[in-house]
This record gives sequence, structure tokens and C-alpha cells, in this order.
Amino acid sequence: MSSTDPLVIAGRTFQSRLIVGTGKYPTFRVMQQAHEASGADMVTVAVRRVNLTDRSQESLLDFIDTTRLFLLPNTAACYSADEAVRTARLGREAGLSNWVKLEVIGDERTLFPDNEGLLDATRILVKEGFVVLPYTNDDPVTCRKLEEAGAAAVMPLGAPIGSGLGIQNPNNISIIKEFARIPVIVDAGVGTASDAAFAMELGADAVLMNTGIAGAQDPIAMAQAMKLAVQAGRLAFRAGRIARRRYATASSPLEGVVGR
Amino acid sequence: MTIRLNGEPFQLAGPVTVTDLLTQLGIDPRRVAVEHNITVVKRGAYDTTLVREGDEVEVVNFVGGGAR
Repeated sequence: MSSTDPLVIAGRTFQSRLIVGTGKYPTFRVMQQAHEASGADMVTVAVRRVNLTDRSQESLLDFIDTTRLFLLPNTAACYSADEAVRTARLGREAGLSNWVKLEVIGDERTLFPDNEGLLDATRILVKEGFVVLPYTNDDPVTCRKLEEAGAAAVMPLGAPIGSGLGIQNPNNISIIKEFARIPVIVDAGVGTASDAAFAMELGADAVLMNTGIAGAQDPIAMAQAMKLAVQAGRLAFRAGRIARRRYATASSPLEGVVGR
Repeated sequence: MTIRLNGEPFQLAGPVTVTDLLTQLGIDPRRVAVEHNITVVKRGAYDTTLVREGDEVEVVNFVGGGAR
């Protein structure tokens, strides 16, 4: 199914519309199995200082087959455009591409983006030849500005990172999709399968999640659920749903009822 | 000779190339990225980039992280 409806970002084709993270798993082995179950072909990774004192730690990359999974470095925990740009440049050097999931965080508790810094960093990185996927909030105006700044996709949040609250502002997500000429990827806040399906039904091109899978009691089962949910939501979107009505419209004929 | 390595003071006998520094730290150069005085060092320049007294070096790698 997915090969006839692939996700295309910056000219690159992905079979899966589910993008997953690598953080917060109980073990790297569980992460690897969850990735497999999710069917994702792109995963996000963070860029951090090497632990110089404990060299015995397992390496994340030992559990990711980079010939099958596309690595998307992020600039998580960067609170300024400068930090994010620096981290993005390092991520490009450490990795295998010039793609970056750009995060410029504006608030520690909500992890909502600092959109000013985000726009600045997007412009700088686009000029340096990066493929920029910015994490932003559900504001159609910011999404338009990011697109004009050269972002390859926009990634509006469904709800705060790790909150599991689902899609808090569905009307905005569908408005963002209506205005955008680049892919719209709902990123953050997905808590369970129905949230992911809902995002796809609103017209999102893809969904990105981490905690929803990694934090589930059974991450591997949840990864599979998310895979199916994204597929179902996408099919439903393309199938063209019925209109919402306030009152009933009967499904069966009204004439010919016995005894009437 | 003292440099700042990943935010902490670090002692070296004398100036070294990035390659030698990574070898000394037991780090596989293919799995990391290196920043020397706020500039990213291209992999091809590890052999020729010299780390001197007072320099700031950052060595990073990919770790688990996501939309969280």
C-alpha cells in the first residue's frame, strides 16, 4: 500500500509515514525491536558530548542499521539559534546527511519552541545547505514563515513533548496543512494509536513520535499499533470521510417496513 | 599543556592533532564529530588540525533522543 503513496521530503522518498525517536527506551535492544515493529524508515537522534569517563557504554549506532534507517539528527535542548546551529553543524559532520530536525526551545517546562530563534536558525541553516525540518507549534503563520524561510517540511506539535495529550488543536493542524506547500509532520504529544490516526485523518503527511512508543508499557506492541494507526489514518484521509451531521440520516430504506 | 575538552580542563603533554587526541581518548573517529574553537572540524582535516594550549575542543556523538 505505502509504495503507491510514499512520503516525499526534499526529493527523498520514504515508504513509512511514521518517524520515531531513539530516546527513553528501557534498553537499546528494545529500541531496535520497536523500530522494527514500527516500520519506520527514519529515526531521530540527539547530538551530545561523548562520555569521556565511561567508555564502556553501549553505542546507540550499534543498534541502528543505517543502511535501512535514515538518521535525522536533532537539536534537542538547544535554547538559542546559536546553540541549535552549532549542534546542527556537528550533527551533519557526525552523520550521513545534511538533514536536521531543528528545535529551538523557548521554555523548559512546556518545551514549546522559541519561534523567533527557530526562524533565525532555519534561515542560517538553509543558507548552509541543510535540509531543515523545524519543530514548531500549531501556528499557521509561523508555519508559513518557516516555509518561506526554506524549510523542507514543517513539524507542528500536537501537544507538549512527552505529554501524551494527543492533538490539542485539530483545527489549526488542518489549516496548516491547507496553507502549506511542503509536507506537514505532526511532531510531539502523540500518546496512543488513535492520536496518530487522528493526525493523519486531519491531513498530516506524517507523524513523529518518541515517548508515545518508548514510554509505553510494551513499546514493541505500541510501535506496531502506531504503524497500523498511521496507515489507517492515511487510508481514511484519502478515502474521503462523510460529512458530520447533527441529526441522523437512515442507512436502511424507509418504505416496506412490515406492519406499517 | 591545558585545553578545555567537553567543557572540562584536560591535560596534554603538548600540541596534538585531532586524530592523535581521539586515539589518546580511545574514540573511534568515524562515530563522532569534533569542534575546535567553535568550528566543526571536517573528518578529512583530523590529521592536520592541531590542538594547542587553551583551545576549546568538543567531541560529540549521537545518543538516544527524539520528539520525547
